[in-house]
Amino acid sequence: MPASPQIITAISGHAISIEGNDIDTDRIIPARFLKEITFDKMGEYLFYDARFNEQNQPLSHPLNTPIAKNATILVVDDNFGCGSSREHAPQAIKRFGFDAVIGHSFAEIFAGNCKAIGIPVIQASHEALAKIRAQLQKNPSTQFNINLVSKRVSFFEESILIQIPNEHRDAFLDGTWDILSVLQSKQELAQKIDQALPYLKP
Amino acid sequence: MAKNTLFNHIWNQHKVCTLPNGQDQIFIGMHLIHEVTTPQAFAKLKEAGLKVAYPHRTFATVDHIIPTEKQTQRPFQDPQAEKMCQALEQNVKENQLTFFNSASQKQGIVHVIGPELGLTQPGMTIACGDSHTSTHGAFGSIGIGIGTTEVGLLLATQTLALTPLNVRRIEFKGTLQNGVHAKDVVLKIIQQLGVNGGIGYAYEFGGDVFDAMSMDERLTVCNMSIEGGARIGYVNPDQTTFDYIKGREYAPKGEAFDTAVKEWQRIASGPDAIYDDTVQFNGDTLAPMVTWGINPAQSVEITDPLPHLDHIPENERKVAEEAYAYMDLKPGQAIEGAPIDVVFIGSCTNSRLSDIRIAAQVLKNQKVASNVRALVVPGSQAVKAAAEAEDLHRIITESGAEWREPGCSMCLAMNSDRLNGNERCASTSNRNFIGRQGSPSGQTLLMSPAMAAAAAITGQVTDVRSL
Repeated sequence: MPASPQIITAISGHAISIEGNDIDTDRIIPARFLKEITFDKMGEYLFYDARFNEQNQPLSHPLNTPIAKNATILVVDDNFGCGSSREHAPQAIKRFGFDAVIGHSFAEIFAGNCKAIGIPVIQASHEALAKIRAQLQKNPSTQFNINLVSKRVSFFEESILIQIPNEHRDAFLDGTWDILSVLQSKQELAQKIDQALPYLKP
Repeated sequence: MAKNTLFNHIWNQHKVCTLPNGQDQIFIGMHLIHEVTTPQAFAKLKEAGLKVAYPHRTFATVDHIIPTEKQTQRPFQDPQAEKMCQALEQNVKENQLTFFNSASQKQGIVHVIGPELGLTQPGMTIACGDSHTSTHGAFGSIGIGIGTTEVGLLLATQTLALTPLNVRRIEFKGTLQNGVHAKDVVLKIIQQLGVNGGIGYAYEFGGDVFDAMSMDERLTVCNMSIEGGARIGYVNPDQTTFDYIKGREYAPKGEAFDTAVKEWQRIASGPDAIYDDTVQFNGDTLAPMVTWGINPAQSVEITDPLPHLDHIPENERKVAEEAYAYMDLKPGQAIEGAPIDVVFIGSCTNSRLSDIRIAAQVLKNQKVASNVRALVVPGSQAVKAAAEAEDLHRIITESGAEWREPGCSMCLAMNSDRLNGNERCASTSNRNFIGRQGSPSGQTLLMSPAMAAAAAITGQVTDVRSL
């Protein structure tokens, strides 16, 4: 829990594309890698079964390319992160090195988990995603810039409008995405509700 | 936005304030925790010098990683499982939380024990670091799945920052035929509304079919709301709900119970409720459902052929192609007769006493096919004891199936219960994702306990109504 708010206004860098709708969090990180009491090593397990065969030998996969090593933006499709609520999935994405995920739509718990750990999940139209991918095809080391203030992603000669839920955007722009202190500041009001609730009295 | 629904009533009653970013701060009346999604949250809490703010509102158990054999033998064979359980035990002790461990005789899958202990009641806000927390909505509560950072926030403040949801009413009219169960109802709903159709919605389930359902059956449906993208699913509380709760350990007693019932009736969706959307289904014609793909919406009624690609909406076609390749199945073929290697009856979806009874009824005087490995895993120690009191475990073991100790088991394969290679499993769990049951090439077909038991006997997908 950082002492001072961390304001996030923009994310820039290389991008990696993972294609496919309904990619669930079991695929992002299989359950056998959840057996650790810290998130420290989660980055190594990101998309493990798609990146490595059963003998742990690397397969051809976008995350196994040299550009992935310092990429900061993950490009995905529809309903990304569905299924299990495991925060290990966004933790793996973050610890692999990604600072933002851009896709057409996201599962709700996943999006909430991303916000909670400071990863903006950005929504873009199918056309915009197609343009991003066409550019990546042409030049995998294209620099992308996502600006949360202007709500635009820019690259090469393009600048495309993106969406991000207002409550997420506001939290990143004012640094309250790590929301503990905000929630703590309303403790008196919370106590009143606790006392008024008819169930689970101390 | 919806008005005067149960969702709105509970939300408003638990709302602390509107936050600067527009979200609502919501008080969570009950927090359920388990060994897998909490160690990092407790570590952060400690780091910040905080303690659990409302310890009487947090209840712990072990379910995800524990073995389903020799559960009381410590240390566990798996050192990682041992470490995770020890971490929970330590955290529970330091914060003086109620802990239903293996010695308590109250241990079990978190979404099974909440209801059976009478902890889960109408009108509550309930959260847990598990997406299937929607299960508790069966009682007319708001059950919400959260991640580990949110678990930490909840431990520290008993509140969450949440965005209000729309409410979709899902009406199921008519009467289910014999052999058709709650699992079939929810698989049908997901098939029709899609795995992402519920994003931004709470699902309110109602109509004749739900009115007639037992609490166990309602739990099965609400459990899988999240598989349709809806973080919350609920049924309005009624006499069935009140009768179930009455007399359970944590239920209000005597006069307090009568007062509670009045309150529970008050928070239900009123006749003046306004919904953002309403969808209707007909239960009369529903047949048992089986999934054929890699997400829970890819399912067919047992009597239907698998869909041709050109009958699948264009935006779902790519996933369907991937599913057919992964599952070794072909468009147009019947799912009935597809060979099965493993049968798993259990999970927070279908491991309650009524599920075990149905499975045992099918397995009675029958033998599990010689090439099939079948596991029956009760949802809790209480379910196990109740099933054994009825001698159901004998029917199960005499059929050749294994009778295990309670836990999440082969639903997500965090313990040693898992598929090997490309084994195909008839499973009563909730997710047929690629690799879900522990093998990167394992195949999962979701179905009801009755259908899974039928598949165990024949070694292939079988319409239980024909047995």
